[in-house]
Amino acid sequence: MPATQLTPIGHDTPRVEGPRKVSGVAQYTSDFHFPGMLYAVPVGATIANGRITKLDTGAAEKMPGVRAILHRQNIGKIFRSTAGPGFAGICEERRPPFEDDVVRYYGQYIALAVAETFETAKAAADAVRATYAPEKPNVDPHLAADDEPGQVMTTFGPRKRLDSQRGDPDAAFGSAPVKLDYTYVTPFETHNPLEPHSTTAVWEGPTLTLYESSQGVVNLRSVLSQMFGLPNENVRVITKFVGSGFGSKLWPWTVCPLAAAAARQVGRPVRVVLGRKMMFHAVGHRPRTQQRVRLGATPEGKLVSLQHDYIYTRSMLDAHHEDCGEATPFQYSVPNLRVSFGRARRNIGGGADMRGPGRVPGLYATESAMNELARQLKIDPVKLRIINEPKIDEGLGIPFSSRHLVECFQLGSEKFGWSKRNPAVGSMQRDGLTLGWGMAGCSWIAARFDAAASIQLRDDGTCRVASATQDIGTGTYTILAQLASARTGVPLEKVEVELGDTSLPEGPLSGGSVATASVVNAVLSAADQAIGSLKTAAVSTPGSPFVNHSPGDLAFENGLLFLKADGAANGVPFADLLRRAKLGLVNGSGNSPATFGNPKPKFSTHSFGCHFAEVTWQPEIARLRVSRVVTVIDAGRIINPLAGRNQIQGAVVMGIGMALLEHTSYDPQNGAPINSSMADYIVAVNADAPPVEVHFLDFPDKELNEVGARGIGEIGLTGIAAAITDAVYHATGVRVRELPVRIEDLLA
Amino acid sequence: MRTFEFMRPQNAAAAVTTAAQAKTAQQGADVKFLAGGTTLIDLMKLEVETPARLIDVNRLPFDKIEEVPGGGLKIGATVRNSYLAYHPAVQRDYSVLSQAILAGASAQIRNMATTAGNLLQRTRCMYFRDTAMPCNKRDPGSGCPAITGSNRMLAILGTSEHCIATNPSDMCVALAALEATIQVQGPKGPRTIPIADFHLLPGNTPNRETVLEPGDLITHVTLPPPIAGSKQVYLKLRDRASYEFALASTAVVLSATGGKVTKACIAFGGVGTKPWRSHDAEAALTGQPADDANFRKAAEAALRGAKPQTENKFKIELAKRCLTHALKMASTA
Repeated sequence: MPATQLTPIGHDTPRVEGPRKVSGVAQYTSDFHFPGMLYAVPVGATIANGRITKLDTGAAEKMPGVRAILHRQNIGKIFRSTAGPGFAGICEERRPPFEDDVVRYYGQYIALAVAETFETAKAAADAVRATYAPEKPNVDPHLAADDEPGQVMTTFGPRKRLDSQRGDPDAAFGSAPVKLDYTYVTPFETHNPLEPHSTTAVWEGPTLTLYESSQGVVNLRSVLSQMFGLPNENVRVITKFVGSGFGSKLWPWTVCPLAAAAARQVGRPVRVVLGRKMMFHAVGHRPRTQQRVRLGATPEGKLVSLQHDYIYTRSMLDAHHEDCGEATPFQYSVPNLRVSFGRARRNIGGGADMRGPGRVPGLYATESAMNELARQLKIDPVKLRIINEPKIDEGLGIPFSSRHLVECFQLGSEKFGWSKRNPAVGSMQRDGLTLGWGMAGCSWIAARFDAAASIQLRDDGTCRVASATQDIGTGTYTILAQLASARTGVPLEKVEVELGDTSLPEGPLSGGSVATASVVNAVLSAADQAIGSLKTAAVSTPGSPFVNHSPGDLAFENGLLFLKADGAANGVPFADLLRRAKLGLVNGSGNSPATFGNPKPKFSTHSFGCHFAEVTWQPEIARLRVSRVVTVIDAGRIINPLAGRNQIQGAVVMGIGMALLEHTSYDPQNGAPINSSMADYIVAVNADAPPVEVHFLDFPDKELNEVGARGIGEIGLTGIAAAITDAVYHATGVRVRELPVRIEDLLA
Repeated sequence: MRTFEFMRPQNAAAAVTTAAQAKTAQQGADVKFLAGGTTLIDLMKLEVETPARLIDVNRLPFDKIEEVPGGGLKIGATVRNSYLAYHPAVQRDYSVLSQAILAGASAQIRNMATTAGNLLQRTRCMYFRDTAMPCNKRDPGSGCPAITGSNRMLAILGTSEHCIATNPSDMCVALAALEATIQVQGPKGPRTIPIADFHLLPGNTPNRETVLEPGDLITHVTLPPPIAGSKQVYLKLRDRASYEFALASTAVVLSATGGKVTKACIAFGGVGTKPWRSHDAEAALTGQPADDANFRKAAEAALRGAKPQTENKFKIELAKRCLTHALKMASTA
């Protein structure tokens, strides 16, 4: 197509909403104000296990400016919600707030103070006095699987604990000439997006509008309509901008129905914004995992068996599944394999998807095991992986749609300078520092969720594209603008993008790195339909130069409509045509069906990649820093490489935090997440972020969509911790199998 | 945050008179001075401190750094940390102080935080900062859950069975090594307190952190004349590269002649319940050759009395390495 040179797809494109963000015009959830709006502050339990025996709200209710103290006796009816088809009705904590007097985790909401000002609401929340019958909480970090049947219930339905099996893994491991058997532990982590969870509920008669910092407005509508017994169309959810979520805002938490119930009771809009400490309590965390990995291999490095048996924590109520073994069946070729899991209940809040759920802890374990096997066999870890590169997805027995992991390894090795590696521990030096080099592979799901979009071509030459998905800071506004611009020829600056509103066509969750892949075909087909409408108008409307032709005679390129016979040189801009035809606009809508959850896929669709990491080590002061990273990603066609590199770099920096810094500590006595502030929950800061060189391979994956784009939000965080911990071993000689690697681990 | 009365006195005498009405100048004081607010406002939001009255001292005339005739530097109480760190005389003669300040907090916080405020910086112990938790420092007699709980960041020197909270200041560690003195104006007149005597060990009264009494207003910090030819190093070790409190830090002011140490002033941060001057390390070093073996001996001496908790035994070795390396840096500077 001649449009190829002009298409914005595949070109570095600054965020279309950037000027709105830096000028402060962009409205985040707590920027919306309403006449008469009240402020609410939740009261969190200060025990992690037990019962509330008395709740004294008297002092709080008497405070001037307090409008209500909600609790179990007065909150009114809130129903449970249940998961429906697709991603509808999903939430990780199904118990409606205040349903009973049982406290199952520290910080569980037990009351809500509603007042004229935030300050009054906070003071009133602090004045609520709870008396408890406490019991010893169980927050034990050492995990043993609970006694559960072979099939258990998870958030997404029943799941066999024997997740994948082929061959005879136990026998093959038993007779393998080379064996490795280690357990890897990843800690509780807390998402900590900069913008805390924020909800404003506005009732108008029987309709509820919720302004929410959400990664999935359509699902949230479904949950709320069930919880309040409303027709779906009576609930509207609006999320214009999100100060990131990392998965903590993917599924609704109890703060949403609390705000709606409060607004229902007081008859005024009510806003709740969580404080940082509450971000550690009832809005999710990455579960702690304990993963035993056994590898059997030949002396030449061919895998003969792989057993990945893992346990993770979950709350007393809920069933988030931390799918650590998701990539294990297909990452490498191995004839005998088992993936199984168990769960351990703890007195903690609900676990949740956190950027790269399952695979991030899972690939840390299996990629670490591969690195340890490479050491044991004295084989280069890159070579070991290439030896075990599979031809097909051996878990499902189907081909990959597109897998170029070996090319990733090769390019990464070259860009990093891997051939200069001396594998001996502590052997490499630079500027008086000991260097450590490590690498690991990575992968992430490539899939689509159901997506719908609409497009309007308007008589002023602009285009509007809309979908009820949301931009969580990752660049979705820009992706939709690029897609619409590419198909309609309308320049980017004349494309208006509307997202984050359930009154728009139903769009996908911003989760699982699938939003981009999901919307491509929906937007392009909406554009095609709008162009079709334009052609129909062109041949049928008085005033049009194309009257009396048939639509099939017409072509549309770069915003021009023309007779195929005449060529684009004689084309008419669509805005001219609309004006001549006295039309304000033409509409188009498009859909793209889900591939996620397809029980019989023809292809295994995943993105792949690898990381090469360098650390510096100063044993004299036990100082370890990550000094550079090279990451290569095979994620199909990258629609916006500028935003794409940004996603991978951000994920790698988060991976440095995962490898070396981040962990949530639960106090052993009272079960509180004790380091619940940004001063005590240590994430990587700018000074910890080294140069991160990102390379994308460019193999469009047309199984996913017309452009061949997959998602890139999470893959950068998979594998990086294993690359860093192997670099740590190379530098220090210390093998740490429990994250994060801390100074005390290295102070041998 | 609770409501409070805010006042801005015209002069120091008025500030002292008002503050003298307080029941205590320690934890839980009903009247408090407000300078940069980087600690106090934070603690008021957490309701760890709930003063009824705040006396704003920011406009009192204590915002200058003056050279003392005959040597030394007089630093006003409300001089901002960033101004102090970048002052030419500080960078020239007391570089350990500049290094220490710049190793702490962030540029934004240093622009607000003051000299006197930093002297009174409160512990970062997570139990102290959470009013839902027992804490002997905040609520005497309620217990210390840190001793059996999360204590990785907490102290190994100067602890008691009632409190193991670390003094978090970087600046104070340098001031300890520089043997600063603190000028206080109180209801009974002015007095001077050596920094070594200013902070208290927790003992049975962890709620008492300094010798200050109601009405005592810090007006200046004075540095003695610089030690000609001394080498000064502040070394801070922590998990991440910036914006974190120390696991262990050390301030070293080292003088050597002919390869032998003639005078050493050594203090630690991140490991003590107060800024931790180590006369033991100094004694082990003075008169000895400035070499690695003696540096390590000094470090061993400094940590001899260390008492680790369940999670922070590593701090003993970390502090030793910190001092050994800081001395090496100073001796080769």
